[in-house]
Amino acid sequence: MHNITLYISCFLFTLTTLSAQQIQRAQNGIFLLKNGEVYSHENGLVKSDLLIEDGLISQVKPSLSNPDAEVIDCNGLQIYPGMIDSGTKLGLAEISAVSLTQDHDEIGEYTPHMQALTAINPSSVNIPVNRVNGITTVLAVPSGNLFPGTAALIDLHGYTPKQMDAGFAGVVLNFPRSGKKHRWDKRTDEEIKTDNKKALKKLNKYWSSAKSYAAIANKKKDVKYNPQLSAVMPIVNGEAPLMIEVNKKEDILAAIKWTTENKVKAIFTGVAEGYRVLDSLALHNIPVITGPILDNPSRSSDKYDAAYANAGMMHKAGIKVAIRTNETENVRNLPYNAGFAVAYGMEWKAAFRSVTLTAAEIFGVADNYGSLETGKRANLFISDGDPFETNTTIKHLFIKGWNIPLESRHTLLYDEFLERSPGLK
Amino acid sequence: MKHIYIFFLLCSSNGLIAQVETGDVLIKNGTVLTITDGIKDSTDVLIRNGKISQIGKNLTISNGETIDATGLYVMPGIVDAHSHIALDAVNEATRPVTADVWVGDALDPYDVDIYRALAGGVTISHAMHGSANAIGGQCETIKHRWGVLDPDELRMEGAPRTIKFALGENPMRVHGERSEIVPNTRMGIEQVFRQSFAEGQEYQAAWKKYNSGQTKTPPVYDHKKEAIVGILTGEIMIHCHSYRADEILMLMNVLKDYGVKKICFQHVNEGFKVAPELAEFGAYASVFSDWWAYKFEVYYSTAYNAAILTRNGVVTSINSDSKELIRHLYHEAAKAQKYGELTDNESLRLITINPAIQLGIDDRVGSIEVGKEGDIAVFKNHPLSIYARAQYTVVDGVIRFDSTHDPVDMRVDVDPEEGIPAFIDSAKHSGHNCEEGCMQGAHTHQH
Repeated sequence: MHNITLYISCFLFTLTTLSAQQIQRAQNGIFLLKNGEVYSHENGLVKSDLLIEDGLISQVKPSLSNPDAEVIDCNGLQIYPGMIDSGTKLGLAEISAVSLTQDHDEIGEYTPHMQALTAINPSSVNIPVNRVNGITTVLAVPSGNLFPGTAALIDLHGYTPKQMDAGFAGVVLNFPRSGKKHRWDKRTDEEIKTDNKKALKKLNKYWSSAKSYAAIANKKKDVKYNPQLSAVMPIVNGEAPLMIEVNKKEDILAAIKWTTENKVKAIFTGVAEGYRVLDSLALHNIPVITGPILDNPSRSSDKYDAAYANAGMMHKAGIKVAIRTNETENVRNLPYNAGFAVAYGMEWKAAFRSVTLTAAEIFGVADNYGSLETGKRANLFISDGDPFETNTTIKHLFIKGWNIPLESRHTLLYDEFLERSPGLK
Repeated sequence: MKHIYIFFLLCSSNGLIAQVETGDVLIKNGTVLTITDGIKDSTDVLIRNGKISQIGKNLTISNGETIDATGLYVMPGIVDAHSHIALDAVNEATRPVTADVWVGDALDPYDVDIYRALAGGVTISHAMHGSANAIGGQCETIKHRWGVLDPDELRMEGAPRTIKFALGENPMRVHGERSEIVPNTRMGIEQVFRQSFAEGQEYQAAWKKYNSGQTKTPPVYDHKKEAIVGILTGEIMIHCHSYRADEILMLMNVLKDYGVKKICFQHVNEGFKVAPELAEFGAYASVFSDWWAYKFEVYYSTAYNAAILTRNGVVTSINSDSKELIRHLYHEAAKAQKYGELTDNESLRLITINPAIQLGIDDRVGSIEVGKEGDIAVFKNHPLSIYARAQYTVVDGVIRFDSTHDPVDMRVDVDPEEGIPAFIDSAKHSGHNCEEGCMQGAHTHQH
């Protein structure tokens, strides 16, 4: 069995390399985007030029010129900031059914020191397939046990993880769940309650160790090497947020209580039943990364559109909301997740902000990401219309000022097979 | 004495055909996307006794419901050619050939997913056996008559019989890898088919001999072989789970050898590679809009599959295979349009008349035409827009989903002793999840 897996892995590696070579190179340089409409979160679409230099947006105003720039005519087109998917496994998994191509789920209950950035595969075939829909940056998130690791925010272009690093890393906590795991969960109600209590106890025990460790480590430098505990020190010290995956109403309330008691700065992720606890989330000012929007309601008694409407309801209640797909190979559906949120009640502007600037704010990288302003990273795309509509075409894509070819395995196969030659003979 | 028997026989066969509720409804002044006869602005559609009786202007109804579709889009009810909702059991994963079993014996009218599919404009689904076996069980085409309590009332009476076949990793894993019986490879899968068809032919010949008086004793009745004979005679149509180009070609070669003319390939992610061969055979393809890379055999996929197949002349549909996806097939069709620039009508065909053709029910549903069944979806915004929202869904002239009367809890079988409710954690269920779809009940660790 291992031989087969090894064989598949080698095979995959070879093919990945081959196909990556078929994709055109990205181009660097000075680019002047002329006569387009530039989107701003405050004013919407405004006719303007935009200049890209040294990977940054260097100017945004009408009638720009630069003799050294490659001019891209954007007449009739719209320029938007690149979209950020706030929760994915992109770069960490290649084929979900082939376990040795998955790098997001380490062994152990407490592994916050596992760094997603380490395992990002810059040559993943999934990356070009997804970015061509205007997604320029994603959070790659480890999964599994209580503390599965540290998520990494990455730009979807680069040859090394370091080149892709977008400047945010966040420890993930899968908050203990009090519900049935699925329809076929055979545990009795009593067993579920006991399991949940046990899990909470484990969490608290670990956290009190982390606090003790931090207290000592804050005073003296030569504490014993303990990666499990040192990885959460910045959180204990209030210097970094903890990303808490929590979905069920009762669990969200328990997580709010836990973060309050432990004075933990939190970002809640998932939050499928946020709409059931709007006041508590708003009161405690906890930012939320929710999604997928294209999802079933969590309970069979729920309204059919519960997952579609959740993000909009939270936004309306004053909660800071970003949207994720929780996807690997179909991160490209991020704009459609946001679009469904709009169809079911979220304002368009808020939905677009939730996949750009709001996400950047939650990750603390709004100085560099999330809007088309001078000095920010040139992560942007040029489209012929509303980026949430499926019939809109992305015409150009820039990541950190690189002009990214709009090619992927999917477009290459289309080019090759639309009119196959030889055909039948 | 004989007469009494016949009397009982008549009673019981009558009892099998459930009385289906039909209704009268007038859908006024909508933009009617007929699919087969263009777009008709500000037009009324009148349904009487469950059938479309008139399409035109200023129609009236004396008795029945009226839907004001001013500013709304009226399209045929969406048809899903691959689904597993409304089923208590999906996989009889114990033998490589289970042609004798039938999901129609396990229909579940209480499944709230039926209502959720209606809330996305879907009126018909092909409730399929799973993909654990090379020759799986027989399937059932159902109408989403949410609210009925009798499983028989879900059946689309008269819809042709269909059977599930499966190629590639799933049957190889379930039988070869797990139980160490053939098939463990794609070679083995071919031989399972050849063996079954040969046995079916022998069985068929034995009955012919008996019926013509050449032999005195009848052959032993065999439920499994009866189904195989049904495939050979064209009475039962194959719907085959498939991914790779080589295995698709293999099955078409086997079918040619046994004179089987009709097949719909399901998923068929590498169909685009053999689109000319599929078109030449006359095979149909029912695909995902963009699912890929969840397993090795779909790593060389493209979201442009539906477009390539359509352009090569293959009748193509978009299916769900998922209780989540079935709720927004109109959006899946829109994505299929994005990848390969299909026209609006070509895209809408992928979820209406084309799946109806694949299920052999296109003379009854799949377009808005006088005489067809009154299955209609009414959308706010064009159904291919991301902002589309189903407003009303009508089955046989009965309004089964009405967004203006849409209570939160739509379950019809609330368990009075339910304690902690099942809570499906979205974090564990993103993307393609075969435990929810075609591999349900197959007890593998495979997603």
